[in-house]
Amino acid sequence: MTRVFWLLAGRVALLFFASLLIGPAALGLGESLSALFRGEGGPVVLVMQEIRLPRAVLGLMVGAALGLSGAAMQGFLRNPLAEPGLVGVSSTAALGAVLALQSGVAAAFALALPLAALTGAGVSVLLILLLAGPRGGALSLILAGIAISALAGALTSLVLNLSPNPFAAMEIVYWMMGSLADRSMEHVWLAAPFMVLGMAVLLATARNLDALTLGEDAAQSLGVDLNRLRLMVVLGTAAAVGASVAVAGAVGFVGLVIPHLLRPLMGGRPSLLLPASALGGAAMLLAADIAVRVIAPDQDLKLGVLTALVGAPFFLHLIWRLRGVEA
Amino acid sequence: MNLLSLHSLTVRRGECPVVDGVTLSVGPGECVGLIGPNGAGKTSLLRGALGLLPHEGTSNLSRMAPAARALQAAFLPQGRDIAWPVSVEDVVSLGRGPHLRNDKADAAAVTRALARMGLESYRHRTATQLSGGEQARVLIARCLAQDTPLLLADEPVAGLDPEAQIKTMQVFEGLAREGRAVVASIHDLGLAARHCTRLVMLHQGRLVADGAPREVLTDQNLAQVFGVRGYHAETEDGPVFLPMGVVR
Repeated sequence: MTRVFWLLAGRVALLFFASLLIGPAALGLGESLSALFRGEGGPVVLVMQEIRLPRAVLGLMVGAALGLSGAAMQGFLRNPLAEPGLVGVSSTAALGAVLALQSGVAAAFALALPLAALTGAGVSVLLILLLAGPRGGALSLILAGIAISALAGALTSLVLNLSPNPFAAMEIVYWMMGSLADRSMEHVWLAAPFMVLGMAVLLATARNLDALTLGEDAAQSLGVDLNRLRLMVVLGTAAAVGASVAVAGAVGFVGLVIPHLLRPLMGGRPSLLLPASALGGAAMLLAADIAVRVIAPDQDLKLGVLTALVGAPFFLHLIWRLRGVEA
Repeated sequence: MNLLSLHSLTVRRGECPVVDGVTLSVGPGECVGLIGPNGAGKTSLLRGALGLLPHEGTSNLSRMAPAARALQAAFLPQGRDIAWPVSVEDVVSLGRGPHLRNDKADAAAVTRALARMGLESYRHRTATQLSGGEQARVLIARCLAQDTPLLLADEPVAGLDPEAQIKTMQVFEGLAREGRAVVASIHDLGLAARHCTRLVMLHQGRLVADGAPREVLTDQNLAQVFGVRGYHAETEDGPVFLPMGVVR
């Protein structure tokens, strides 16, 4: 298992550097790497520090946040079909961003859009804690999440529906496909605190999620405070995923597929799956973000489109392999 | 010192009390069988005592903080739940969660628990691929690894084969002899009569009889509470009880 961790970490490091080195501007290897650490301006320094570095760092963080949140959510709900968006964070964050795009606030200053998305994520957390109640079980959490997602989705459609401006509508649709193109270090600094905090909270649930393998009663008798655990999972996911959506839009399937893929390698244990899924998610997102640049350099292929396009058939393959085992 | 002390414990589902003013003390060395027909309140009594259900009255366990309670009492829930394909060893190790981490002591406790339940050869198997009865034994081993003075078990022998049933009851008797206490709800009155030091009989949420097996399994109690009549005998192997027919 330690070997798997090293393999994953190595792959993430490799992909991170590949992400730094691949792009439309043909730069030499030594030249680009040294430009990262140089102080003075110049086109190469600009490309590396202002374009590629934020993109690679965001790929790393967003992937890790999505993978980790997916693993935590599956562990908490004890359901392999759970994904980070289940509690409604992604769709409300998207709604916040859509409102910002539609109203023109997004154009007011650079970080208006991600801030609006973060606000949306915050609203969803308040709503979900209100709806599911302080002592609500897993089921009320799922149902509240579904209701909030449906409402946010409907409101997003309403905004698109009534949009008088076709360009704003197009912008919204493209934004919702998810992308890491043209992000700046400001995006990194905005999202990083939320993601780091959220991921730290999620990683702290590891032992309790292990105990929850045996059901809620057994976990409680093993000393797990279920209400506290639920609060940690909801807040951690909201912070990590809300910040991801704020800077990258909706990137699907990472949080669902990665924990699935890595679970057998971790002996099924949720506590080991958390860090493994963070690494796996980062690797998948970095790889996908490199792929969109390599496959169609001139077409601006959206990241979320690619992850779903690769993720869904892969998921089907997993189900196909599982069908004999589960029966 | 009592390991479990309940005073006027009442658990309600809506308005209706499913456990109704039960007062009960269990001390070291006791292996208590909790008996009663379906819906008598056995599960609610155990869950209420642990503080897993809101209740009136007092329970020494539900007053404790969750972490302290986990060192005092282990609980085997009725639902046999293993959500992920983890190894038997990992499931049993979960019983060590409440303890301060000590790799050597933890490994020893896990090995001891596996040995007690006769599961040594299952150690590296995937728990979710075992049969229902085998999973039940793994989950009992998890409770043993928790190494608490008190074990509350909700129908621990349901679904086990006869050998595993007897062995499990013998493990419980062994725990009692070590100075621990076991409270196990059980439907097999014959096993309860043979292996428990004391029986507690519940009927419609109320405690109706409490004492040595022979004093609790009287013809009158059996007819009133279970609606059955039974056969008693003393043999070289100990007391025998078998329900023979229904009376209503």
